[in-house]
Amino acid sequence: MGREFWPRLAANRMAVTGGAIVGLLFCFSLLAPWLAPYDPLAINLQEILAPPSWRHWCGTDQLGRDVLSRMIWGAGISLKVGFVATGIAVVIGTLLGALAGYYGGWWDAVIMRLVDVMLCFPTFFLILAVIAFLEPSIWNIMIIIGVTGWMGITRLVRADFLSLKEREFVTAARIMGAGDARIIFRHILPNAMTSILVAATLGVAGAILTESALSFLGIGVQPPTPSWGNILTAGKDNIDIAWWLSLYPGLAILITVLGYNLLGEGIRDALDPRLRGGRQK
Amino acid sequence: MLKYILKRLAFMIPMLIGITIICFAVMHLAPGSPTDLQTQMNPRASAELKERLRAMYDLDKPLYVQYGLWLKRLAVLDLGKSFAPDRRPVAKKIGERLPVTITLNILSLFLILVTAIPLGILSAVHQDSWFDMAVSVFVFVGFAVPTFWLALLLMIFFGVDLGWLPISGLRSLNHEYLPPGAAFWDLVKHLILPVGISAFGGLAGLSRYMRANMLEVIRQDYIMTARAKGLSEFRVIYKHALRNALLPVITILGLSIPGLIGGSVIFETIFAIPGMGQLFYMSVMARDYPTIMGILFIGAVLTLFGNLLADVAYAVADPRIRVT
Repeated sequence: MGREFWPRLAANRMAVTGGAIVGLLFCFSLLAPWLAPYDPLAINLQEILAPPSWRHWCGTDQLGRDVLSRMIWGAGISLKVGFVATGIAVVIGTLLGALAGYYGGWWDAVIMRLVDVMLCFPTFFLILAVIAFLEPSIWNIMIIIGVTGWMGITRLVRADFLSLKEREFVTAARIMGAGDARIIFRHILPNAMTSILVAATLGVAGAILTESALSFLGIGVQPPTPSWGNILTAGKDNIDIAWWLSLYPGLAILITVLGYNLLGEGIRDALDPRLRGGRQK
Repeated sequence: MLKYILKRLAFMIPMLIGITIICFAVMHLAPGSPTDLQTQMNPRASAELKERLRAMYDLDKPLYVQYGLWLKRLAVLDLGKSFAPDRRPVAKKIGERLPVTITLNILSLFLILVTAIPLGILSAVHQDSWFDMAVSVFVFVGFAVPTFWLALLLMIFFGVDLGWLPISGLRSLNHEYLPPGAAFWDLVKHLILPVGISAFGGLAGLSRYMRANMLEVIRQDYIMTARAKGLSEFRVIYKHALRNALLPVITILGLSIPGLIGGSVIFETIFAIPGMGQLFYMSVMARDYPTIMGILFIGAVLTLFGNLLADVAYAVADPRIRVT
C-alpha cells in the first residue's frame, strides 16, 4: 500500500460508490437509536401487517412492529456478523497461508490438503449442520461462518508468500539476524496485505449473504432481534398478503452486498491493475 | 488416460477419509445429543433411559469406535438407520431424493451455460459497448442478490399476483389425473421458478469469467494470424477463439458443484421440493445424525466426482495438458 493509495482509490468510481454505501450503513447502525422512528421491538396489535404508509414507510410485520425501524437496527447486526466472521476467516487464513507458504514441505502439504478437503464440502451444508447442534445465536453464526470461510485467503496468502520469500529483502532481513516470526509478520506479511484486504472486503459481503440466508431459514439471528434475514422469513409466511415484508429487507441486503463488492473490486483496481478481471470464488 | 483416472480415483480415498473425519468430529464434539430431543420433552425419561438410548445408538462408545463402526457399515454401502421416527435406512431416504436434486442442478447448470457463455462472449467482443456495460451491471447485481429473496419476489409476482406459476412442490394435487401432455406441462410449470432462480445465482460468475477468458484469448498471436489470413470475424471469434476460451469453463463448472448442492437447501425449502436439500434441512432440525452424516458424505462424493469429471473432460478437450 504505497503513498498513492488514497488518491488512486478516490479516482476509482467503483470504490467511491462502494465506500459511500458502506459508510452510510455504518452511520445507520451507529445512529440506529436516533434514526429509527419506532422501537423495533414494540408490538402494536392495532396495526398488524399494515401496508406502507406515511406512518410506517415500509409497513408493519405480523406483530405490528415497524419494518423500517427493524431494518435500521438490522443494519448493525449485518455489519457485526460480516466483520467478525470475516475477521476470523482472515486470521485463520493468513496464519495457515503464511505457514504453508513460508515453511513449505510438510506444513504446506498438510495445510493444503486440509484446504482441499474443506473445499469439497458444500459449505452451506456444513454451516447448517453445525449451527443446528450449537444454539443458533449471533455469536455462533459469526464463528461458524468464519471457520468455514478461510480457504480462499489461505490460498492467496500462500501464493504471495511463495514468491515473496525468495525476494532479496527477505534474504537481507535474514542475514541481519531476523527470526522467522519477524520475517513473516514484519517483512513479508505487509507486502501481502493488498490481496488480503480485497479478499476480506469481498468476504464481508459473502458473510452478510450467508447470515441472511441462515436467518431466513430460521437458524440464524433469532427473533425478536431484528435481522434482514428474519424479516424475510415473515415475508415468506405472509407471502400472499404482505409484499412489503419481502421487498424492502432484501433490497437492503442487495445494496449492502453490492456496496462491499464495489468497494473490494475498486480497491483491487486501484492497488493492483494486474489483478483486474477474474475473481476468486 | 485410464491410468490418470485410476490415480485420481485412488487419491479420492484419503480425501474422503479426511472429509468423513471432519464431519464426524464436528457433529459429535458439538454440545447436546440427538437423544436430548427425544427425552427432554418427556418428563418420565429417567437418566437410565437416556443411557439406554445412548447405548442403543452407540453414542456411549468412544468417538473413534463410533467412527470405525460407521466406516465398517459404509464399506457395504450402509449409511445406518435414520433417527427420525420412521427409522428407515439413510441410504434409502437419500436415494429417493437424490435424483430430484441432481435433476434440478443439471437443469440449472444447463441454463447457466447457455446464457452465461453467449453473454460473456458478446460482452468481450464488444468490449466497452453499452451491451458490455449492461452485462457488467447485471453481473454486479447478480453477485449481490440474495437468491432466496429473488425467489420470494418472483413467487409473489408470478405466483400470487399473476397466478401463472405454482409456488410450491413439483406437482399439482390433480397431477395423477392429468393426461400425459398436461402432466408434463404441470411439472415444467413447477420447475420454471426454482431452476430459473438457481441458475441466476451462478450466471453472474460464469459470464464474467467467460468475458475475462475471451478478452485474454482475443489478444493472442494466433488470433491475429487468423485475422491476417483473411478469415471472417465470425470464424475468428467462434471457431478459433471460442474453443480456447471455453476450456477453463470446464474447471469452473466442476468447482461450482458444492455451491449448487449447498444452494439446493434454500431452494428446496422455499419451494417445498422433496429433494436432498429439504431432507438435510429437516434432518438438521431433528438432529438426525446418521442422515446428516450420510448427506454430507454424499455431497462430498458428488463434489469429488464432479471435479474428477471436470479434470478428465479438460484433458480430453485440451491436448496440451494431457497428463499421464
